[in-house]
Amino acid sequence: MIEMLNVSKKYPNGITAVNDLSIRIEQGEFVYVVGPSGAGKSTFIKMIYREELPTKGTIKVGDFDLAKMKNKQVPFLRRHVGVVFQDFKLLPRLTVYENIAYAMEVVEKNPKAIKKRVLEVLDLVKLKHKVKMFPNELSGGEQQRIAIARAIANMPRVLICDEPTGNLDPETSWEIMRILEEIANSGTTIIMATHNSQIVNEVRHRVLAIENGRIVRDQQEGDYGYEA
Amino acid sequence: MAMKLRTMGRHIKEAFKSLVRNGWMSLAAVSAVAVTLLLVGSFIALLMNVNKLASDVENDVSVRVYIDLAATEEQQTQLGEELETLPEVETVVYSSREDELQQVVGTYGTEFDLFEGDDNPLHDVYIVNTNSPEQTSVVAEKAEDLEFVSQANYGGAEADKLFKTMESVRNVGGVVIIALLLTAVFLISNTIRITIFTRRTEIEIMKLVGATNWFIRWPFVIEGALIGLVGAIIPTAIISAVYVYGYDMISTYFVGTYFSLLPVNPFLYQLGAVLLAVGVVIGSIGSLLSIRKFLRV
Repeated sequence: MIEMLNVSKKYPNGITAVNDLSIRIEQGEFVYVVGPSGAGKSTFIKMIYREELPTKGTIKVGDFDLAKMKNKQVPFLRRHVGVVFQDFKLLPRLTVYENIAYAMEVVEKNPKAIKKRVLEVLDLVKLKHKVKMFPNELSGGEQQRIAIARAIANMPRVLICDEPTGNLDPETSWEIMRILEEIANSGTTIIMATHNSQIVNEVRHRVLAIENGRIVRDQQEGDYGYEA
Repeated sequence: MAMKLRTMGRHIKEAFKSLVRNGWMSLAAVSAVAVTLLLVGSFIALLMNVNKLASDVENDVSVRVYIDLAATEEQQTQLGEELETLPEVETVVYSSREDELQQVVGTYGTEFDLFEGDDNPLHDVYIVNTNSPEQTSVVAEKAEDLEFVSQANYGGAEADKLFKTMESVRNVGGVVIIALLLTAVFLISNTIRITIFTRRTEIEIMKLVGATNWFIRWPFVIEGALIGLVGAIIPTAIISAVYVYGYDMISTYFVGTYFSLLPVNPFLYQLGAVLLAVGVVIGSIGSLLSIRKFLRV
């Protein structure tokens, strides 16, 4: 469960990215976040994994109270919130296997459990055969699938995707979407910021439209609503 | 900071892996450390030996007590005993006027041979060594007050000047070594800062998947220590080889003099220990400080 109450975010340069926003997202929901560039989507999403702190209001993610928690506790929040980015953000010097294992080593899981789980998530994204390759030897779509595998390795309650298909061709994007659907079906909350109208319109889920730092539309099974 | 032992093992493995996979960057850092420590090590070796030679020169300064020509043999012996009872005196060596003449002949040439026998104008002499170089003037004064002494000489102003010069050589040497060490600290931590800077995105990603700051730090700190260690082994080896070779060569010139270089054992072990410690400590602390900035994501 994610809950925001009267949340505002004003950056030091004076720009108000999020303005008195309140929202509640239940465990297991799949939510699209849409809206024009610079409307506050990124800030909204970054506040959920505490990359940014709100200047006003309260944010709760599971048992974590984000505005109140200490910096030292942030790593423990991040273990419950997986994040996938437009630019994949894989560790370039680690192999596919090591990239995914890293997220689990951080939690000090034992090597046996790590190996088992890494192969499991690689199976889910269908890249078991590339386990020994380095990120730069993979295509964009493959890299994103590895990033997703890493994000769910610790079985987070929430998976945040910031334009996960932004750098990918349509066909690859659908592949990514299929994987995300599968993850959602297992009970993980997914929050996905996107500009991909085709996907939003075809795979219907709850849609949050953000403009000028406010939610202007909150619609179950909504459509994209903007000119593509 | 409860950490599983297995995790420490992982950090060490990770540090080695990163050292190898970063290839050129690691090589650059190691050679920067090596060059810096080679400089520092060479200067330390040089200055320590200059200091050693300075002490040798100082210890060579002695008081020459000229015995009155009228003194009998018994009176001479008595004077020798009196000199030995002075608290500052270490050794007293007798040198007869014949011995003295031989030295003059040896130094200035055989023309002085004609003064041999009863024509010898020189005095019998006691050569007195003091416990410490600074005491020579005191001993000389005391000796002059004794009976049957015609004159006591310690090189006077010359010796005082020598002591002053040695004093400043020591001070300058100390300052130079400290300055070089500080330069080494700066250069090494700077090199490591650059290697870490190129990897700031990595650190950012580590934080995103929920790594605690110490989990991120450990491999970097160990890697920095390894860079410092390898970077210190190279100059230690070079300096040791050169020193052993140079020691043998120079020592042949010093045979029969008061001078000697610092012996290979223990000096090289001490120098090696200093270089390795400086490398490891600065390497790890340099990493620790450089990474601080990037952990505030």
